[in-house]
Amino acid sequence: MTTVELAPPKGGFGYRHPRARLVALLGAPMSWLIVIYLGSLAALFLTAFWTVDGFTGALVRTFTLENFVDVFTTPAYLWVMARTVGIAVTVTILCLLLAVPVAYFMARVASKRWQPLLVAMILTPLWASYLVKAYAWRAMLSPQTGVIAWFVAPLGIGGPGFGIFGIIVTLTYLWLPYMILPVYAGFSRLPDSMLDASADLGAKGWRTFRSVVVPLIFPAIVAGSIFTFSLSLGDYITAQIVGGKVQMLGNVVQQNYVTNLPFAAAFAVIPVLIVLIYLAAVRRTGALDNL
Amino acid sequence: MKYSRLIKMAVATSAIALALAACGSSGSSSTEAGAAPGGQAYAGPVGAGEGKLSVLAWPGYAEDGSTDPAVDWVTPFEEATGCQVDVKVFGTSDEAVKLMQGGGYDVVSASGDASLRLIYGENVQPVNLDLVPNYADIFADLKGQSHNTVSGASYGVPHGRGANLLVWNKEKLGETVDSWSIMFEPDSPAAGGVGPYDSPIYIADAAVYLMATQPDLGIKYPYALDQTQFDAAIALLKQQKPLVGEYWSDYLKQIDAVNAGTMTGATSWQVIVNGLDPAVVGSTKAKEGATGWSDTWMIAKDTPNVNCSYKWLDWIASPATNAQAAEWFGEAPANSKACDLTANPDHCTSFHAGDTEYWKDVYYWNTPTEACLDGRTDVKCVPYAEWSKAWSELRS
Repeated sequence: MTTVELAPPKGGFGYRHPRARLVALLGAPMSWLIVIYLGSLAALFLTAFWTVDGFTGALVRTFTLENFVDVFTTPAYLWVMARTVGIAVTVTILCLLLAVPVAYFMARVASKRWQPLLVAMILTPLWASYLVKAYAWRAMLSPQTGVIAWFVAPLGIGGPGFGIFGIIVTLTYLWLPYMILPVYAGFSRLPDSMLDASADLGAKGWRTFRSVVVPLIFPAIVAGSIFTFSLSLGDYITAQIVGGKVQMLGNVVQQNYVTNLPFAAAFAVIPVLIVLIYLAAVRRTGALDNL
Repeated sequence: MKYSRLIKMAVATSAIALALAACGSSGSSSTEAGAAPGGQAYAGPVGAGEGKLSVLAWPGYAEDGSTDPAVDWVTPFEEATGCQVDVKVFGTSDEAVKLMQGGGYDVVSASGDASLRLIYGENVQPVNLDLVPNYADIFADLKGQSHNTVSGASYGVPHGRGANLLVWNKEKLGETVDSWSIMFEPDSPAAGGVGPYDSPIYIADAAVYLMATQPDLGIKYPYALDQTQFDAAIALLKQQKPLVGEYWSDYLKQIDAVNAGTMTGATSWQVIVNGLDPAVVGSTKAKEGATGWSDTWMIAKDTPNVNCSYKWLDWIASPATNAQAAEWFGEAPANSKACDLTANPDHCTSFHAGDTEYWKDVYYWNTPTEACLDGRTDVKCVPYAEWSKAWSELRS
């Protein structure tokens, strides 16, 4: 019995210095995250405490809480916040109602041969420009000449026109793929054995869905809802195109960032806060642990 | 640093108060030797160009052939002066002010709602008009206006002007409409299709309507509103809101909405109206008068290219260039001799270029300041920052 002398491991600098390797690997992305991403958020937050010269609109760097007081004490702005959250929640619920059956069909009913094609079809709209899609909805929603108005005319009612309804429909359309894809992934990962076990134990379809399927795909639903909710919350272009005179949070920011940057910054902190609250609430459900 | 800024602000504020008090309601330019903001004008003479010029302009004001090869008055300027021009366009007056505050531009085409902010913000310098030979031919009623002249010092050369027009859908509202009432009154036949301009400066449009309908308020100049008058204008805009279909700021969106028949009564610009079907859409200057704009080319305070800047001001004010630019944009030229050189011989007539009567009740965009621009000294007026805030609230 001879012992084979193992050669010392060969490798470059990175192999011999794992710490240096880690720095090389993560240095660029981490500095991007910290400097660019968190840095701009910090700058935004800081700006919110400044003010502007009332006449020239130039930035005045003196500390004040006035912007936040304005944001939280003006009824019109509180309405905008409530409206925006309402729109984002409605869009999320609609996306969910549409996405679950579609994703279920894709993952569990359609044959394996069709699945890649169906996924591609869901992804296709994402290749088209956001603006093109929003303007397409503008044409369809147009009060007199739009397809929707023409469609409901025989019922003796006018089209919905531009407004909250238009915003909700358009945003639902725009963000639907972001809900379908995670839910589809969730359904795909659902082990058949669990469904079999449920059936063996005598559960009918609805019972299995409620007690087995929903808890298992819940993290996927939460992942999708984070997309649809936060994307809706920050959107302002859709409101401009199909919103008529309705404004969302983003519109107020956009309207003010030129004339009163600090106020716009203070206003822009609100969606950040709302999303943080939402994420905290989601975290409590434990859904994030399984992502 | 902070204190010097405060002192500067205090000085600027008192200078405004003094200057405006000196101006008086007649708008006559004062000859008092008040300290004009922005330092001394260039003594001249205009020598050889520095080789480059950075231009900040409204879209359509500095065309170099990239939009339409036939529309080009920048290249000939470059050939004639050796100043290589770099053009940056802006979309709103607020944006122009912001960009000028950032620096890096030599000349800017500023509307009246931007010019005073630039002057008192010390972003632009007084202009020595003796160095701009073509200034002599500018229409007299554009010279020495409150938006381009402060304490007797001129801050630029007028480019052109236009009135904000009332447009309406003839199929819905009939052939003749002559009053802004279709945009403001609750019983308007245009209800649901009203299209106001989406900017704080639109508050002045409400003030113009109030001048005619509620003379008791005593509004003399729509950019000088005391708190009572301002509140009345905002109340009128709140009354308008249920009638509104869409507020517009993107002019392509307005064209779309007017053509689709969803915007039936709106405020608009001549350049938009030119593209609409006159059989369906009517346009007029309303009988109550109107807001409008009068743009001025100004020179940045710290420009390193002062010779090229003066060459540009003279170039843009020359009859041939002014005719070309005004016709391309669809506005009344500022140079009286431009009228003989327009491609369409009726251009000046249709845009009322020399029609002094027409412009009497057109109130060019101006920057509201705390010191009332109409010369009142017994009250404080609502400054632009408050206009901006009120508009943002109204729209929310």
